[in-house]
Amino acid sequence: MTRNIKVDYISRVEGQGGIDLWVSPDGELRDVKVRVFEPPRFFEAFMVGRRYDELMELAARICGICPVSHEISALRAVEDAMGLEVSEATRRVRKLLAMSAIISSHILSVYFLTAPDYFGCRDLIEVAREHGELLKRGLKLKKLGNDLTQLIGGKSVHPVTAVVQRFTNTISKVDADAMRRRFIEAKGDALETVALFGEVEVPKFVRECEHVALSRTDGYPFNEGDLASTGGIHVPQREYRRYIEETQVPYSTAKHSNVKGCSSFLVGPLARVNLNFDKLSRDARDAAKSVGFRAPDFNPFHSPLARAIEVVHCIDECAEILKTMPYSEEGAPIKVRRGDGFAITEAPRGVNYHHYTLNRSGIVTRADIVPPTCQNYRNMEMDLWGLVPKMLDLPDGAIAHRCEMLIRAYDPCISCSVHAINIHEVK
Amino acid sequence: MDKLRCGFFKFTGCAGCQMEILRLEEELPRLLELIEIAYWPMVTTKEWEGDLDFAFVEGSVSTPRELREIKEIRERSKVVVAFGECAVTGCIPSIRNFMTQREAEKGVYAHPVWIDSIGLRGISEYVDVDVSVPGCPPHRNTVLEVFKGAVLGRAPNLRRHSVCMECKLKDNGCLLTDEGRPCMGPVINAGCGALCPSLGRVCEGCYGPMSAANASSHAQILMEAGLSEDDVKRKFRKYAGWTPEFRREAE
Repeated sequence: MTRNIKVDYISRVEGQGGIDLWVSPDGELRDVKVRVFEPPRFFEAFMVGRRYDELMELAARICGICPVSHEISALRAVEDAMGLEVSEATRRVRKLLAMSAIISSHILSVYFLTAPDYFGCRDLIEVAREHGELLKRGLKLKKLGNDLTQLIGGKSVHPVTAVVQRFTNTISKVDADAMRRRFIEAKGDALETVALFGEVEVPKFVRECEHVALSRTDGYPFNEGDLASTGGIHVPQREYRRYIEETQVPYSTAKHSNVKGCSSFLVGPLARVNLNFDKLSRDARDAAKSVGFRAPDFNPFHSPLARAIEVVHCIDECAEILKTMPYSEEGAPIKVRRGDGFAITEAPRGVNYHHYTLNRSGIVTRADIVPPTCQNYRNMEMDLWGLVPKMLDLPDGAIAHRCEMLIRAYDPCISCSVHAINIHEVK
Repeated sequence: MDKLRCGFFKFTGCAGCQMEILRLEEELPRLLELIEIAYWPMVTTKEWEGDLDFAFVEGSVSTPRELREIKEIRERSKVVVAFGECAVTGCIPSIRNFMTQREAEKGVYAHPVWIDSIGLRGISEYVDVDVSVPGCPPHRNTVLEVFKGAVLGRAPNLRRHSVCMECKLKDNGCLLTDEGRPCMGPVINAGCGALCPSLGRVCEGCYGPMSAANASSHAQILMEAGLSEDDVKRKFRKYAGWTPEFRREAE
């Protein structure tokens, strides 16, 4: 009989998805499907007809965990379309905002979603019965990131002050200094997190695939940089579509991605760290080295470790930027212009591409958005193809659990990935 | 006292409202002494077993599967909470209700036949809802009040007056009358603490229509402030365009 190993609803990830494996009677893996049944929300369809100055607000609602990345991608795409210059001050505050969201998302992922697997528990609350310090540390670091997002943006989910070309509010020096002190104090907790995820035993599973992330020469990239890959891509952001293609599959409401003419690829913290290791802060690099991390690392189970390493970096760089606050904010009056605008930011989960076409009144006539997680689905399946055959003598439940752990290491954001499927290839 | 058995369900939405619950970093450990997380797929691998005292539903109903699930949740829960703007009014994704389903699907998917989606609705379209918590997402004070009400066995005290009241309490100048900017505050539920007007932005309406909102009169005021007819339509067709209060102005 054909053996069907299933996970109906993958828990401890954001959104609704499952896994299906089919094994033939003679013990050969025949099919692997990461099913996504998250309902589509048709963002790109209803964004048509909306105004340029509300796109960041709409785009934020694609995802409650990485709204900041969608806001900044939307803002930068609009500015690109209209040829607007953005001041150094705004760019720095945007980077601060982006890093605050990376910290809280990564901490949520590694402590709340990933850690229970390594302690044989169902959730972090169970883990906390014996390791109370983990819940405490997790909540403290998460709060740090969220509080900075809130300080800049008014609230941590769907912050409101980032608008085209500027921020509507400035942070006072007193607030910036107080926040900076908290960041400096939190460094120890961040280093402990690297130690924890460097120590936990993960499957020794290495599958060399193409890693794709932004990369820049003058710093660690979150909002700016070229699109780069371990396979040698190095192009401006607007050329994304020349290198990445998508297809719809019947069992998933999210699309699959490939590098054109090649195979699936990975985006996210591991890809970012691999492609930008020398741009991490010194302490982040040292922490990584101290637990034996060597870039490039092609074990997807090391993604939580990459997240912990990035948190150390973000704490260092946030403290640096906070030192130079406040900035005076002035945006020049906006001259609405027609055009096509492209932008990629690094969401916590990786490359987040937005493209809008605006008419001469600044109204959207076409929208194309590719959040990180849909780029990873095909790669998750390719990883499962590599991982599962090695453990087929285990019982179904144990195999299913390992597969779930792999998916959790990717930290998929399923709502995000099913915001809609782009109209790109349809028209 | 027995802990309250709470379930947290994700429907069509962005997970931001669940994030806002996890945002109670300081209160969470103590809250967990009063409530039991019986089901919450984003947080625990526990399966849903038995009946619930409280079902917190984030997101709207937009697939046949969700329609079945919301009815099951209703049947197995004492109190159903529509948690956040998507569950209450449909929020920003409800903008697509103004297109036909075919338009939305065909415009977006290469193979619309594989898609199983229906018009997007707040959950009270299909089941009785005991508590409606507005906000995209609900402000942490709103979230705390909801849990306080739950633990004390009373309805939460949610505000049904306009954002303007909170602006006055904060001593903000009026963006609409003083600066002539198109603020939605006069017709929107309070609860956010007048967050946007206090940070230099007009209210966009993420808490949905206040009680007895006079939308048509406000549409007139927005036109006088210089908005075009299309702009006014966009203002109302944003967070709560599908509600009876805003529908006429949104269409």
